[in-house]
Amino acid sequence: MEKKIYDKLVYDHRPQEKRGQNAVIAFLIGGIIGVIGELLVEFYGYYLDISRADASIFMIITLIFLASLFTALGFFDKWVKFAKCGLIIPITGFAHSMTSAAIEYKKEGLVTGLGANMFKLAGTVILYGVVSAYIFGFIRLIIMGGA
Amino acid sequence: MTTKYKDVYIADVSTVVGPYEAKGPLSKRFDRSYEDMYFGTDSLETAEVKLMTDSIDILLNKLKKDKSDIDLFIAGDLQNQIATSSYTAGKIKRPFLGIYSACATNTEGLIMASNFLESKTCDEVVVSVSSHNMVAEKQFRNPTEYGAPKPGTATFTATGGASCYLTTKKSKVRIASSTIGIVQDYDQTDPMDMGAVMAPAAANTINDHLNNLDQTVDDYDLILTGDLGIYGKEILIDFMKTEYGIDISNKYNDCGTMLYDLEEQKDVQAGGSGPVCSALVVYSDIIKKLQNKELKRVLYVATGALFNPTMVFQKENILSIAHAISLESVE
Repeated sequence: MEKKIYDKLVYDHRPQEKRGQNAVIAFLIGGIIGVIGELLVEFYGYYLDISRADASIFMIITLIFLASLFTALGFFDKWVKFAKCGLIIPITGFAHSMTSAAIEYKKEGLVTGLGANMFKLAGTVILYGVVSAYIFGFIRLIIMGGA
Repeated sequence: MTTKYKDVYIADVSTVVGPYEAKGPLSKRFDRSYEDMYFGTDSLETAEVKLMTDSIDILLNKLKKDKSDIDLFIAGDLQNQIATSSYTAGKIKRPFLGIYSACATNTEGLIMASNFLESKTCDEVVVSVSSHNMVAEKQFRNPTEYGAPKPGTATFTATGGASCYLTTKKSKVRIASSTIGIVQDYDQTDPMDMGAVMAPAAANTINDHLNNLDQTVDDYDLILTGDLGIYGKEILIDFMKTEYGIDISNKYNDCGTMLYDLEEQKDVQAGGSGPVCSALVVYSDIIKKLQNKELKRVLYVATGALFNPTMVFQKENILSIAHAISLESVE
C-alpha cells in the first residue's frame, strides 16, 4: 500500500479530539487560578501591608508551594489530566513539572537523579523564558527608551 | 520466514499483574496480582524485576520443577538495555538470551524457543516478558506524576510479568508454526498512535504466514494481534481487505482491547500495550481455551513499535515489526 493511501486510512480511523470542550475547561480552570491569584495578592497586600509588587511575589510563591505539595501528595496529576492547559500554563504547571520530575528520579540519587533531571521539563521554559525576556527587553529599550 | 514444528509443546504458563490489570475483565484468571505499583520493592525498576521473577517462581511451582531443569532462559522487556530480563536472569542462573522487539518480544521469544526445541538443542525452555506502566512512562514519555494529557489513540503500557514453559514432551497445547516478520516503515511519526504504526507490520506478517503455509483465515478459530488498540484494530481490518483482499473481521481480536474494560477504565484510552499485554491475554485466557478445546487453532501475532525517543526527536519515522505463532490444541 502506498504511504499516502495509508495516511488517509489512518486519518479515517482517528478519533475526533474534543478540542472545544478541552478549551472551555482550560479557559475556566485557568481563569479560576487567575482569580485565586488576584485574591491572594489582595490578601497579602491588605494583611501584610506590602506593595502590590511584593504581594505578587508572595502570591506566586504560594501557588508554587501548593502545586508542588499537591503533586507530592499524588493527586495533582489527576487534576492536570482533567484541566489540561488550565493548570499547565499558569505557574502551577511550572511547579508541577519540576516536582513530578524530582519525585520520579529521587531514587537515582541527589546529584545524578534529582539534580540532573528536575529541570527535564522546566528547563526549556526557563531557557526560552530568559532568552525571550532578553529580546523583548532590548526591543523595549530601543523603541520606548527603557520606560 | 515461516517454520513448521512437530514437537514443541507448552507445558504451562503463568501471569502476575499490577492493580490496574487486576480490575480488568480477565482479573480472576491471573495467577497473582498486586495492589500497588512497587510490590514491596524500593523502586519501580526493581518492581518490574519482581514481576518477572514472581512469574517464573509461580510457573516452576505449578510444574513442580526446579530452576536447574531450565536448559535455556529467554526474556525481554521494555526497560533500557532490557534490565528487567538481565536482573531476573541474574537470579535464575541458567543460560540466558536477552531479546527485544518492543511489544512483539513475546512471540520473538516463543519462536526462538521453538527453534531450539525442534532442533533438539535443548528440551526445556522458559520464555518470559514483562512491562511496567510507570517504568515505561518515565523512560519513553514524561514523569509519571506529571499526568500529561494524551489523545484518544494513545495506549496504556500494561504492568505485569508472564512466563511460558516450553518443552518437547507432549502436552495439551502445541506451537505448530511461526512466521518471523519484516520491519515496516509507513512514514508514521506519532508516538501517541502506535496502532497506526504497527498495523502494517501485523498485516504483512499475517499475509506471509497464511501464504507460506497455504492456509486461509478459515483455518483458524481466532486471529489475535498484540496491542493495536481500538483504532489500530480497525486500520488492520481495512488494510487486510484493501491490500491483500483478506477479510479477517469475524475471526479477529486484539489483546490490547481485551486486557482492560475500555468502557470503565477510561485511563487506558485506546487499550493496553507493552510486551506483557498480549502475553497476559494469551496466557490467562487463550491457552486455557486451547487446553479445554474451546478453541482449536489460534494465530497469535504480537506487534511491536520499534520506538526510540531519540530517533523520533531527530524526525526519523517509527518502525514496526510483528512475529506470528500458531497455537494448536493437541488431540
